[in-house]
Amino acid sequence: METNHKFHQETGFPWKHIWGLIASLVLTAIAFWLALATHQPPALVITVIVILGVGQLLVQLYMFMHFTESDDKAWQVPTIYFAIFIAFTVVAGSIWIMSFKALVA
Amino acid sequence: MGNFREWAMHFFMLDEGPLIWTSDVLIILATIGIIAVLSYFKLWKWLWDNWLTTVDHKKIGIMYLIAAILMLFRGGTDGLLLRAQLAWPNMHFLNADHYDQIFTTHGTIMILFMAMPAIIGFFNVAVPLQIGCRDVAFPYLNAISFWLFFAAAMLFNLSFVVGGSPDGGWTSYTPYVENAFDPGPGENYFLVALQITGIGTIATGVNFLVTILRMRAPGMTLMRMPMFTWSVFITSIIIVFAFPVLTVALALLLIDRDFGSHFFTVSAGGMPMQYVNLFWIWGHPEVYIVILPAFGIFSEVFSTFSRKRLFGYSAMVVSMVAIAILSFVVWVHHFFTMGAGPGVNSFFGVSTMAIAIPTGVKVFNWLFTMHKGRLEYTSAMLWAVGFIPNFLIGGLTGVMLAVPPADYQYHNSYFLVSHFHYVLIGGTVFGVFAALYYWWPKMFGVLLNERLGKWHFWLFMIGFNICFFPMYFLGFMGMTRRVYTYPAGYGWGVINLIETFGAVLMGIGFLVFAFNILWSARYGERDTTGDPWDARTLEWATTSPAPTYNFARIPEIKGRDAWWIMKKNGESINGPKDIPFEPIHMPNDSGRPIIMSLFFFIAGAGFVFEWWILAIIGLAGVLVTMALRSFEYDDHHYIPVEEIEKTEAAAGRL
Repeated sequence: METNHKFHQETGFPWKHIWGLIASLVLTAIAFWLALATHQPPALVITVIVILGVGQLLVQLYMFMHFTESDDKAWQVPTIYFAIFIAFTVVAGSIWIMSFKALVA
Repeated sequence: MGNFREWAMHFFMLDEGPLIWTSDVLIILATIGIIAVLSYFKLWKWLWDNWLTTVDHKKIGIMYLIAAILMLFRGGTDGLLLRAQLAWPNMHFLNADHYDQIFTTHGTIMILFMAMPAIIGFFNVAVPLQIGCRDVAFPYLNAISFWLFFAAAMLFNLSFVVGGSPDGGWTSYTPYVENAFDPGPGENYFLVALQITGIGTIATGVNFLVTILRMRAPGMTLMRMPMFTWSVFITSIIIVFAFPVLTVALALLLIDRDFGSHFFTVSAGGMPMQYVNLFWIWGHPEVYIVILPAFGIFSEVFSTFSRKRLFGYSAMVVSMVAIAILSFVVWVHHFFTMGAGPGVNSFFGVSTMAIAIPTGVKVFNWLFTMHKGRLEYTSAMLWAVGFIPNFLIGGLTGVMLAVPPADYQYHNSYFLVSHFHYVLIGGTVFGVFAALYYWWPKMFGVLLNERLGKWHFWLFMIGFNICFFPMYFLGFMGMTRRVYTYPAGYGWGVINLIETFGAVLMGIGFLVFAFNILWSARYGERDTTGDPWDARTLEWATTSPAPTYNFARIPEIKGRDAWWIMKKNGESINGPKDIPFEPIHMPNDSGRPIIMSLFFFIAGAGFVFEWWILAIIGLAGVLVTMALRSFEYDDHHYIPVEEIEKTEAAAGRL
């Protein structure tokens, strides 16, 4: 709706989105099944779920969020670096902060 | 039948005494009043066509602000009830349960349903105009954001009279809020309402991020953007990265409560402190989400009413970027007393103190903007000038709280209560009031009365200091937050009484403001120029209020303070007269956002009361409305040239 803003009218059947939906559902189902229906050691379950989570992330970025498309300037590149920084801070920070539990439990 | 009667008495809280009965009567009277007025003046169609279905950012902004002012009234009433209860030792105006519920709703409403919609309202009112575009990037999504917030706010407020309010504090810490200790729908209201408004807020973050990156007028480079737009840009980034953490924390807790999992229970290996950790990973960036736009507002107000360009523009931008990054690495300072150990506490203590540096840079830049300026003390400027010392007190006590060993003394005392009220009221609320006086003519085409504005400022500012400054000392004297009463022997009585007096003064200030709105609507000075303050940025170039399409022609930007440069060069916003206008492409209005949020409300009620059929109906409705949108191809229209010419001629701009 802006002069410097082109329209993207998608043509053809959105196969990419269908496959993305199926992939994300399957990844979620595996995680649920692993946690609820099997009796593997927690460390194994957590590791597999983390790997599935990263897979889920890639599905979202590539299948739904048009990560590889851009018209002029690729704003998503600096954003993804910031996202990696935040993800690292949140995950590593939480592990560091919550490790006190090992001392008191 | 007896069973049903007992259930209904409890469900509608008729066994809870006169406070609830009075609220019931007032709610019913207000609802009947609204319906009667709308029907009598035949305004239903007008309301639906012009407001409820609109995708116009200016109208959505106004609706956000109306809702925010109503919620300020609700949250303020909560605050006054708390102050009444604390006014004297051994008071029993409220019982302990009611006191808990009221401080919980006070905090939650003030942060999520007052501060957030107020600042998002100003995103909508100002940003597209400031960068010279015709609407936000996703106008339809913008309407969904607003209606999700509105549905969530209504759901949350309903808790007061149906089923009981949440009582776990606005932070809703586990393990207390788990089912074992806190059964009933109250806490579910908190979780579900925040979840729904959170979806809307994330969408707003995405919307303004894309709007600012992709829709600036030609020549408006990033470093030529007005400072308020910069603050919205940075805030949107923080929203996009912080809010998903809240979504996860609330979802896990709701699964614990509704479906019996054990993420945060002590039994079955859950970790209650992990909820606290997740909450503040969102919670700390959240306080910057509500303060950075206020910083942006003050930057605009200072430079406009000092008749100078903003001092240290690039330093302002860099310090906001620094605050944005630092805001994600300080969250443990909210729970130093958890005892994560000296390494963790020292790291987060130092990172917290570091935030004072970029904030200090900004304060000095504001002072230098005023230095040797031609200052004009309008109401908006008074709020901005008042902000500096008040926010400074809040900021410095924040640095005191950032020292971990000292924090063990102040933690959860009234020292803390005073600190965060000084930064949130002295920063955000002052900023919202400044912006209301500053942008009111742009929103409604009429100026608020300056004389009443000054009464509002002085009553509120003095009342605020009388109410909150003594709390620092009460904190040192050992009074902790969230106690509903206290014995006479501690010597807290007189100080508390003085504070309650200050709170009443703030309430009177608010009433003066409400009166100002009504008075100005009828008798206020009309703004026919579009630029009542002789301001500098682009929103003042168009008429007040701006036409639907904002700018008849998208302006070419030649520098910072774009409108000031145009005025100096004697240029018109519509460009040279001989070039004809072109048809303007605009999005269509849609009733679907409000219908979709109604389904969200239904689903939310289902999750609150664990009525799964209702939840399924609500969620199915959401899915159907989303799917219908996907098959909507006719979603835009063109405004013909004749209509643009007619509008511009009527405004005397041809």
